Amino acid sequence: MQSEILLRWIVLVPLLGAVVNGLLNRRLAKRVSGFIACAAIGVSFGLSVVVFLRLTGMDAEARVVNDILGTWLQIGGFHVDIGFAMDPLSAVMALVVTGVGFLIHIYSLGYMAHDDGFQRYFAYLNLFVFAMMTLVLGENLVMLFVGWEGVGLCSYLLIGFWFNDQANASAGKKAFIVNRIGDFGFLIGLFLIGANLLPHLAPGEGVFSFAILQHHAHLLAPAATGICLLLFLGATGKSAQIPLYIWLPDAMAGPTPVSALIHAATMVTAGVYMIARLNFLFVLSPTAMAVVAAVGAVTAIFAATIALTQNDIKKVLAYSTVSQLGYMMLACGVGAFTVGIFHLMTHAFFKALLFLGSGSVIHAMSNEQDMRVMGGLRSKLPVTYATFMTATLAIAGVFPLAGFFSKDEILWKAWESGNTVLWAIGFLAAGLTAFYMMRLVVLTFFGENRASSEVRSHIHESPATMTGPLVILAVLSVVGGWIGWPHFMGGGAWFENWLAPVFAVGEHGVAAHGAVAHHAADSTMEWTLAVVSVLWAVLGLILGWFVYYRRAAIADSFRKAGGGFVYRVLLNKYYVDEAYDAAFIRPGYRFSRQVLWKSVDAGLIDGLLVNGSALVVYLLGSVLRLFQNGMIRFYAWTFTIGVAVFVLYLSFSS
Amino acid sequence: MAMITDHILTWVTFVPLLGAVALWLFGRREGPARIFALAVSLVDFVLSLHLWFHFDAARGDDQFVERVAWIGNGQVSYHLGCDGISLVLALLTTFLGPLIILSTWKAITSRVREFLAFFLLLQTAMLGTFLARDMLLFYVFWEAMLIPMYFIIGIWGGQRRIYAAVKFFIFTMVGSVFMLVGILYLFFQSGSMELTSFLNLNLEHNAQLWLFAAFFLAFAIKVPVFPLHTWLPDAHVEAPTAGSVVLAGVLLKMGTYGMLRFAMPLFPQGVAYFAPAVSILAVIGIIYGALVALVQPDIKKLVAYSSVSHLGFVVLGLFSLNSLGVAGGVFQMLAHGLSTGALFLLVGVIYERRHTREISEFGGLAHVMPLYATFFMIATLASIGLPGLAGFVGEFTILLGTFTSEFLPAARVMAILAATGVVLGAFFMLWMVQRVFFGRLANDANKNLPDLSWREVVVLVPLLVFMFVLGVHPGLVLDKVDLSIQKVLAPLEAQLVPHSPAGHAAIPGGGEEGAPAILLVNSDAEDLR
Repeated sequence: MQSEILLRWIVLVPLLGAVVNGLLNRRLAKRVSGFIACAAIGVSFGLSVVVFLRLTGMDAEARVVNDILGTWLQIGGFHVDIGFAMDPLSAVMALVVTGVGFLIHIYSLGYMAHDDGFQRYFAYLNLFVFAMMTLVLGENLVMLFVGWEGVGLCSYLLIGFWFNDQANASAGKKAFIVNRIGDFGFLIGLFLIGANLLPHLAPGEGVFSFAILQHHAHLLAPAATGICLLLFLGATGKSAQIPLYIWLPDAMAGPTPVSALIHAATMVTAGVYMIARLNFLFVLSPTAMAVVAAVGAVTAIFAATIALTQNDIKKVLAYSTVSQLGYMMLACGVGAFTVGIFHLMTHAFFKALLFLGSGSVIHAMSNEQDMRVMGGLRSKLPVTYATFMTATLAIAGVFPLAGFFSKDEILWKAWESGNTVLWAIGFLAAGLTAFYMMRLVVLTFFGENRASSEVRSHIHESPATMTGPLVILAVLSVVGGWIGWPHFMGGGAWFENWLAPVFAVGEHGVAAHGAVAHHAADSTMEWTLAVVSVLWAVLGLILGWFVYYRRAAIADSFRKAGGGFVYRVLLNKYYVDEAYDAAFIRPGYRFSRQVLWKSVDAGLIDGLLVNGSALVVYLLGSVLRLFQNGMIRFYAWTFTIGVAVFVLYLSFSS
Repeated sequence: MAMITDHILTWVTFVPLLGAVALWLFGRREGPARIFALAVSLVDFVLSLHLWFHFDAARGDDQFVERVAWIGNGQVSYHLGCDGISLVLALLTTFLGPLIILSTWKAITSRVREFLAFFLLLQTAMLGTFLARDMLLFYVFWEAMLIPMYFIIGIWGGQRRIYAAVKFFIFTMVGSVFMLVGILYLFFQSGSMELTSFLNLNLEHNAQLWLFAAFFLAFAIKVPVFPLHTWLPDAHVEAPTAGSVVLAGVLLKMGTYGMLRFAMPLFPQGVAYFAPAVSILAVIGIIYGALVALVQPDIKKLVAYSSVSHLGFVVLGLFSLNSLGVAGGVFQMLAHGLSTGALFLLVGVIYERRHTREISEFGGLAHVMPLYATFFMIATLASIGLPGLAGFVGEFTILLGTFTSEFLPAARVMAILAATGVVLGAFFMLWMVQRVFFGRLANDANKNLPDLSWREVVVLVPLLVFMFVLGVHPGLVLDKVDLSIQKVLAPLEAQLVPHSPAGHAAIPGGGEEGAPAILLVNSDAEDLR
């Protein structure tokens, strides 16, 4: 393994930017502040490219470089390093995070230009990139966890960025707490690894180092199911899967570029990354893999149904993100880690674009997010419209846009795994995706504008700092998938080859488990499914167009179907938040207050035991009233004299 | 210089006392008295740095030892020593000293001289407690601490200060009496008050159980361990800010320190017998403290209950009985001293401005006091164990140590239950922060609050800096304590046998019915695989 000192700077330069912006804050002019923040991420991206190029020049099997800064923890034989490593997987992540991150920083220059907290915003945003890069480049599982919690903190700070509104602060807190529940699982998973591995290691060997973990994976086999399910609990928090997805829709309270960067393109994919990173562990447990696949598939369709009814443009995109993350989980669960990461990347392009586009819309509509008062923005926001439409086609999976290649391959891998139920769920959700996205586009960009004349008079296309990133992301949303052009279509599948060394064990492991029955599958089936899924996506788009543009009456009849019951359930997100509130939060609070504090603490312990025994002492003491004059000084003196007598006794006893 | 360095422990311990006496005699004017006290505490801190830089971490034994026969033929001696554990706690004490004195500049305005003298006296008592190696000397320091603390709460405290002070005094006193009986018993067995002679006693099984119980009770009240904690919230709420800071920052650690230094190595069979029960109490304390903190309407009381939760982690770590957990416990003592010390200082800042600590009185403070809000947020994050800050290192190693404990039955269940405290801790702290700092600035009384003054910044920044330093580079402390912990644990390891799956292990030299619980097959651990 070669050493590469640039790695630390990829991580630390954004931290430096955050520190400068954080400490100097208002003392920096907005222009300077913005420049520092963007430059920091730009440098980080540049360095990532440099190291990536170095990796490409190496032998496929040897593509790992690392940079160990020193020891973080050393207790007895237990050892954890502070260090970074880049292999093909973390290279992809680093490029996506710093690349998309850079574009979103640029976009933020325009979007946040008039905000009072401009410098604070960029300090947080840089800090986020620092934490995310720690997560991605961390050399061991503890470093990954440090980054994992760090991105959670930045998410918390940025969701509640406009803290004047308690609702925003609540959304931030909810994100942090729900993620903490996931992290609880993550931590226990770490401990279980430690408990199983520590007795077998030489003192000083880094138990959580990925290289060591992979080397000793067989020792973890007996506990693999427990470990992987616990780690997966962490992933359901960070990557917003059932049952912990509830924080992500609320997280839309943050500024829209934050939604794009953190809550769509990068941070929420951390769970997928973690599972892919530990592919050699997950494949040891078919049970865990099945759970990952099932949760992913169910989340994909569950969130897609909610997205059908939401009226807030960002809420639709949020549920769409939850749904797309489900696809990535599904891919990992069927052992197709490469494809999961592939979709992670293409999704980062088109979903970041969708959010930034919605930001451009919101900006133009004087901060309005309700699609019911939008409409007809196509002509007024031509660049936003064109790029948004591109992203919509990409996420729907239209050939040859980026989303087609990744989503189609996930469905194919699901089919290939032999579990047609998983495939069917994914397929159904794909149709829903196309439908709700077209609904969003129609409501926003087509028809008559339904805003007040006041708002309407202010509608304008966004400045170049905002439209520039839109155009670049639109290009990536088109061509980004081509690096994974599959074999059956005569492509080279470069992406798959690039990641092959990382997943050699993992994907081979699944094959060995017999999940893949017909590996040399006939390409006829692959062609058929691909064509069907493109047609299915186009059908979804056309239906969306037809229902919401041509025949609005149909949409009304949807709403009223079944007495409006289905619509209400979907609109209210299956009442999951309310259920959690009623099941955990309220009873927990009441129990703590009435039982623990008022009854146990004040009543039982203090009232009965403490004051009760005081009372007993008092009653006994009334007999010995002479000594009990209630003066603390008297007690103190008695005590002091007592000690003195004792000391004297000792002196004379010798 | 040699005169100082040869008796460095005496100097470090007694310089504050000298200062107190001088204040008492000469400190007529308020201003000079403050500066004098501050100077004394700074000198003491500088002296203690000598310990830090000359301590040889490659040895785990007592260093800078001073020993003079005191009473009898050396049956009782003036014996001070400093190993890694004592070192870091003594440093914590001398580090917090000047900061606390500086924090009282505006807060303590009546009987300033007396206050400062009591505080310096307290410093001497606490330092002596951490450095004494003779049991009588230890006991004298231990009890001496009570008197200044009693007056600090009772004179400069809030409305119910007398109630709180008496409660604090009686609780601690009750526990100490049992320990005193234990010390006397040991003295009559060994004929000396030396800690080492106690360690060399071959106590029979039942005696170990009783003695452990007596010592543990004294220390558990001080920590405080659930259900002996009810004096703490009252003491904290009524104490002036400086009292709360020293209480949370240092005083509580005297309890956990006592467990580690005395109760555990002296009575291994007592440890074996009681460890399961102790760790259950610790886990209850972690969860219970967090849940009760959640519903507190008073910020200071909330932070007080959070201490119950955090100290539960420390106790759990110590009784995991392996080097990871114990090191984590020692580290958490420091981390908690920094973060909770800072939190009490911060609560004091707002109390000085508004004379209330009710959460409902606030809201939106981040608008008028952005720097204050930032500092509060950092201390909060350190308190809830965010990686990169000191609290995480302690919690992580304690939980990992507990989870992998070979001695504790159902160790994994304990660790998992304790880990829920990490979630709850984030919940109650962030919820409080939200209600105090975020939202609209609704209450008119808060509209013109000044942000932190320079003096307040100077008090807080050192604490914040060390939260980061210890979070990123915990080796600074862990390297100092590693060998010392191994040495303290050595008598235990010789006697405790890890429970093996076969379940046939026995304690060498143990009683017939000795420590059954700890030797049980760890069935829960098997289930979790």
